Amino acid sequence: MGSSLRIVNGRVFDPANGVNGAVQDVCIQDGRIVADVPPDARKIDARGQVVMPGGVDIHCHIAGPKVNLARKVQPEDHRLDVHPRTRFTRSGTGGTVPSTFATGYRYAAMGYTSAMEAAVPPLGARHTLEELHDTPVLDKGFFVLVGNNVLLYRLLQEGRHEEFRQALAWWISVTKAYAPKLVNPGADEMWKGHRNANITALDQKIDSFDLTPRKVIAAFIEAGNELGLPHPVHIHCNNLGHSGNYETTLETMRLAEGRRAHITHIQFHSYGSVAGKSRDNPTSRAHDIAEFVNTHPNISADVGAVMFGHSTSMTADAPLAYMLRQFSHGKWVNADTEHESGCGILPFTYQDRNYTNALQWAIGLELFLLSKDPWRMVFSTDHPNGGSFMSYPRLIRLLMDREFRKEQMAKVNQKALEHCSLRDCQQREYSLYEIAIITRAAPARLLGLTQKGHLGAGADADVTIYDEDDDKERMFSTPRYVIKDGELIIDDHEFRADHEGRILHVAPDYDPEIERVIQPFFDDFYTIRFANYPVDDRYVRGGQIIPTTGQAAPAGR
Amino acid sequence: MGDEIKTVRDATCTFCGCVCDDMVLTVDVQNKRITKAENACILGKAWFREHAIEERPFALIGGREATTEEGVEEAAQILARARFPIIYGLSDTTCEAQRVAVAIGDMIGGTVDTTTSVCHGPTGIAFQAGGESTASLGEIKNRADLVIFWGGNPAEAHPRLFTRYAVTPKGMHIPNGKKDRTIVLVDVRRTPSTPVADIFIQVKPRSDFEVLWALRALVKGRKVDPSVEQRTGVSLAVLEDLVARMKSCRYGAFLFGMGLTMNRGRHFNSGALLALATDLNEFTHFVAKPVRGHGNVTGADNVVSWQTGFPFGVNFSRGYPRFNPGEFTTVDTLTRGDADAAMIIASDPASNFPKAAIEHLKRIPVITLDPKATHTTQLARVAFTTATYGINVPGTVYRMDDVPITLRPAFDSPYPSDEEVLTAIRDRVRELLGGNRLPVGTRPAPAVATS
Repeated sequence: MGSSLRIVNGRVFDPANGVNGAVQDVCIQDGRIVADVPPDARKIDARGQVVMPGGVDIHCHIAGPKVNLARKVQPEDHRLDVHPRTRFTRSGTGGTVPSTFATGYRYAAMGYTSAMEAAVPPLGARHTLEELHDTPVLDKGFFVLVGNNVLLYRLLQEGRHEEFRQALAWWISVTKAYAPKLVNPGADEMWKGHRNANITALDQKIDSFDLTPRKVIAAFIEAGNELGLPHPVHIHCNNLGHSGNYETTLETMRLAEGRRAHITHIQFHSYGSVAGKSRDNPTSRAHDIAEFVNTHPNISADVGAVMFGHSTSMTADAPLAYMLRQFSHGKWVNADTEHESGCGILPFTYQDRNYTNALQWAIGLELFLLSKDPWRMVFSTDHPNGGSFMSYPRLIRLLMDREFRKEQMAKVNQKALEHCSLRDCQQREYSLYEIAIITRAAPARLLGLTQKGHLGAGADADVTIYDEDDDKERMFSTPRYVIKDGELIIDDHEFRADHEGRILHVAPDYDPEIERVIQPFFDDFYTIRFANYPVDDRYVRGGQIIPTTGQAAPAGR
Repeated sequence: MGDEIKTVRDATCTFCGCVCDDMVLTVDVQNKRITKAENACILGKAWFREHAIEERPFALIGGREATTEEGVEEAAQILARARFPIIYGLSDTTCEAQRVAVAIGDMIGGTVDTTTSVCHGPTGIAFQAGGESTASLGEIKNRADLVIFWGGNPAEAHPRLFTRYAVTPKGMHIPNGKKDRTIVLVDVRRTPSTPVADIFIQVKPRSDFEVLWALRALVKGRKVDPSVEQRTGVSLAVLEDLVARMKSCRYGAFLFGMGLTMNRGRHFNSGALLALATDLNEFTHFVAKPVRGHGNVTGADNVVSWQTGFPFGVNFSRGYPRFNPGEFTTVDTLTRGDADAAMIIASDPASNFPKAAIEHLKRIPVITLDPKATHTTQLARVAFTTATYGINVPGTVYRMDDVPITLRPAFDSPYPSDEEVLTAIRDRVRELLGGNRLPVGTRPAPAVATS
């Protein structure tokens, strides 16, 4: 900090400020983007290069209890992919679930400077924050799992909506989370309490409660918006991965009734079924899903694209992981967290010759290519579920280069391509401007991170500079410069400095009286004392509170 | 007793892996003692009572009294010179200290290993091979109607496992506590834990694996020969009864101890039990949980895993983490005579390691961090006195079910924390080495270019 920098001669892509490839200077002072810097500031000559804000990952699994279990269970992955230390950076191991240090450095080495861990049970908040502190370079936060919370369910069931809202605010605030996350609402009780059953319909009664997923989801959408959270609610719908689930997804989106809601890894929720065939035979319903998102500006989504090769399924959706196990036949982890969450983990390989896997791959691409508003259909592979974050550059090339896409389509299960419309939308190629939207500007906006994803004065000086290259995979794999908070972390392709990054969280106000409602539940049913549950400020030292507003931010522009 | 008496509520006991956080401590502030520990079990009461501040030198270097700073200098010199240093222990200190310890191991290219390698290490290996179905202790408290203890004696080793988590407490779906649960205990002998069980199954020593494998076969509907009784001491009828109970319960839980892991079969035993729990999920909900000994051994597993990808027995000499139990586990390295320095944190290997390993410790410079004098501090070149975690030092510990809990210290110690000493050592080693030590032959980074 304190240093100043001027990036000259580069083609700048800053969609939030309408800059589309213009050659203009980007100036940095004290960790912020500024209008101008003194003439003696260090200059970076970015001739032949592309300047973008640092990448922002809206949904990935990089830290916390389930991630660490997934790490521990795959030593063979780490052995094959080591990450040596340098004089000033730490060592680690890779694979689809890298160690924390390798995660931070590898994101940075792709030009990403912010990422959101997408599913943490409240009891795992401390663990997650400790790991995030050991995840260098990135600014980061996490979404807290509240969609199967037993006490919140009880309040809802009893119609105590105000107390439900207060308790939700309490939970988000005391765990130092960034956003509320729903995962397969209603399923935990079926899984843990009903011999590993699952929820299959929005109007199905949830075991042990007088509730349905429909009621639960609607209540969270309403409360998240009323609390004015920068990212009101992040939803993993019911029926993930099941043939015919697109109807559940559409119904879930309708529940928002004009309010803001983000549907995550929507690819996994866009499946139809062949009429008259068994439910196991999925088809693409990307058209219906894309059409709905296109025409509903209150809805946003990340794609959760599938990439071929090794992945790790790790999810709070325990029944889903158990279902996948019948295909993988290998290692499997299940981990229940009292009153808060389930969790399932297994190594998984997506194969291009496999009908279902090829269809999933195609649907991910379809959703991107059918999207009419890149600000609301943004980039993700649900790392490491659909594929590692290390596959992002390849996915970018698939979007930007139709010849490459055609080559890849020729290699996959052709029957799968008959059950989707990828061939019909084959003409479209994403521009650098659109890529800058879906990987930076839009995720930042959807998260309500006003200082990220753009290069206007006052923004955090998180900047990535790529060499222009016809091979977009190579281009986005190896930025020449990465600047974090104004500091040159990667300079001429080499790491030159280490950087801790900071924790981003929200602190919605709640009425302290709500603790009188919450504490008795803890005394009776939790195994940790109520007083020891809130996460104190030491765990977010140097962090940043993103303000909540009285009203929710708009999704689109 | 002094005049100033303080009460610390919701304090945490770090004596064992139960990490009970409902202590009410009465503290004699002036005399720096805990006079009463309400809710503590017999082990916890002793833990709190015995951790008063003793008059000890801040550090001993070669038996001579020294300051912490002098100790840091000597320790840093030892670690910076060493070619095959081991950092070991870590299960009785905070995660904050553990993180710095692994950082030092990475920086100097040493080995980092924890007491996991001599307790549930085999379970860690079994987990890597097949995964596990597990749960937080609160799920067991609130849901488990069948609890099977295997190879452990919680009544004496983890008393509150019975009373706070898994047997007697009432839970959401277990309104009558123990009455609503069936408790099974499997062990090679009767212990003070036996009376707690509704069903006690005594297996012949060294035949746990055979019993577990027979149960797996029965669960899968295979035939098991009645001769299993001669081998294991358990009749087929008893096994069939247990299988029927396991398949028909609503939420079953195994809690297993070192009777399985440090016995003939080791990781095969843990693996068989984890696989059995996994198999049972075809019929009902079933989980398994290793019962962990030290207060923060679970934190050590987590920290080492998130920083390196592996849970224990990690070597950094090639510039990146490698995992090889049997090679990089401390007993094995010391017994071979490989290490040329050791830093032992919050552990006393000289009291329980094999003789050959202890003999090697005596031959190499050893650094210890411990609140107390131990067999290991006796043979140390540099022995730091540090404050006790949970009693004097704040920070984070992980319960045996991976739930992290923040400590509420009762009173200040004049001694520094493990984290403070380790941080000072790390910073000084970094100065001495000019940053991380790189393996021989590593390409140096080019000089920084400016324009």
